[in-house]
Amino acid sequence: MSLLVDMEKRLGDFNLRVQFEAEAGALALLGASGCGKSVTLRCIAGILTPDRGKILLDGTALFDSVARINLPPQKRRVGYLFQEYALFPHMTVRQNIAAAVRDRSLRHTAVEGQLRRFRLEDAAELLPRQISGGQRQRAALARMLAAEPRAILLDEPLSALDSFLRQQLETELTEVLEGFSGPAVWVTHDRGEAFRNCRRVCVLDRGVSQPVSSMEALLARPATAAAARLSGCENFFQAVPAENAVFLPEWGAAFRCGSPVPEDTGLAGIRARHVRPTKAGAENAFPCVVIRAVEDVSSVTVLLKREGTDAPLLRMELDKALWTAMGGPSHITAAVNPEDILLFPREAENP
Amino acid sequence: MDWYPLLNSLRIAAISTAAVFFLGLAAAYYIAKLPRLAKGLLDAVLTLPLVLPPTVTGWLLLLLLGPKRPLGAWAREALGLRLVMTWQSAIFAAAAVAFPLMYRAARGAFESFDETLAEAGRTLGRSDAWIFWRVRMPCCRHGILAGAVLAFARALGEYGATSMVAGYTPGRTATVSTTVYQLWRTGDTAGAFQWVLVNLAISAAFLLALNLLETRRKGGA
Repeated sequence: MSLLVDMEKRLGDFNLRVQFEAEAGALALLGASGCGKSVTLRCIAGILTPDRGKILLDGTALFDSVARINLPPQKRRVGYLFQEYALFPHMTVRQNIAAAVRDRSLRHTAVEGQLRRFRLEDAAELLPRQISGGQRQRAALARMLAAEPRAILLDEPLSALDSFLRQQLETELTEVLEGFSGPAVWVTHDRGEAFRNCRRVCVLDRGVSQPVSSMEALLARPATAAAARLSGCENFFQAVPAENAVFLPEWGAAFRCGSPVPEDTGLAGIRARHVRPTKAGAENAFPCVVIRAVEDVSSVTVLLKREGTDAPLLRMELDKALWTAMGGPSHITAAVNPEDILLFPREAENP
Repeated sequence: MDWYPLLNSLRIAAISTAAVFFLGLAAAYYIAKLPRLAKGLLDAVLTLPLVLPPTVTGWLLLLLLGPKRPLGAWAREALGLRLVMTWQSAIFAAAAVAFPLMYRAARGAFESFDETLAEAGRTLGRSDAWIFWRVRMPCCRHGILAGAVLAFARALGEYGATSMVAGYTPGRTATVSTTVYQLWRTGDTAGAFQWVLVNLAISAAFLLALNLLETRRKGGA
């Protein structure tokens, strides 16, 4: 079971160029808003038509510009969970699910089965606007699965929800995905959501997809600055290679790196939680002025400026307890381990 | 009192509204999918009868349906039908002036329809026809119904184009509106007044129905 996407579509200002293969299990399509994630899903479902390329599901073509194949959505059997669920507002929950089962002889059994599976028996005769947000998502999932899709697409399924409902619905979504044997593509801009629910990830940056990697690899070694930023990296500086170190002109200092620095390095990224307070004289350590400390629920983000310079600020993230124990100093020495400095090629645009 | 004009008006309005209902829906549905230039052009042509004086619409209809005109001549020779100066002729006139009302109401309703519902239907394997009748129409029903009521009311009150293509023959082509004019012209003020009252009562009833539809639409029912 696999979904292979290799397509191009011109979209106003930029060219959407997406290439990935999703095996059984969830693949996260991670990107900032407006990067072409929803358009990609619509092309896979057949609602939009790519300009070029092919989309294969289990080896058969849903779309192939060379062979002139373009199956209508009705024949693709690709389930689509819409952002606002797109339940038919004038139909009851039962009628919504029944709409997905075209074979009359199977309809009753299939609908009853989905109602039971998603605990919707009590809501069966109600309209979508009369049920809770959680029931609405379950109804949309039930309707999608009643059509017996071979692959499923989730379009930012949790983005419009408050955090409590979100956690609850996320658990249900995960259960549905675990019970589904085909490929699933989960579109999101939230790296946490992607990390918790998907093993593999494809980063989409302004219309161009990056190679698929595991979630762990994306966090440890993001391939591009855009991937690093989507994976949560907070600090970026211009960088000039200098043997086993990089010189950061804005910071006015050189940092030793864990591995040889590639010739074409132009940008360095440092995660806030990889910046740590240390003693003067340690490796990659610099005296800094504390500009501001922002307290979060369990952590503190400290904005640092290199002493005696006008360098851009460096964000440091610490456990709240550690910061409290330090007594909230106005000057500290901050360091970064050589292997925690992420390097990106020069062509990568500064994010 | 001879009720023939009322009966005639009602059947003309009913038949022309039924025709305009489906024509207007089809036009609104298909024109929305056209490229912008073609859409603007067709939109203007189809809305024209709304702003043209009905007598001009009647004149244009006569150019089409008259016994020596292309369509009229064909109908006479092939079908043995006369397209003007019969009560059925008034259907063409009423349909022409009522069409823009139905078309524009349907277009407005379709434009406010959430297209993701249609997309959802397609990914669930449903045909475009199923989606049209089972999703799009029910979601747009209030706007479409309001358009149909308005079209019926307009068809019922049609005078200008009707008098030109159907004329006034008592007991044959007379409608409520042409009867009012004819009775007033011949000095039968009392008779004309009776028909004015009938007309007022019908129009008031329709506007009331329209208001009820509008409030229900706003209530989201």
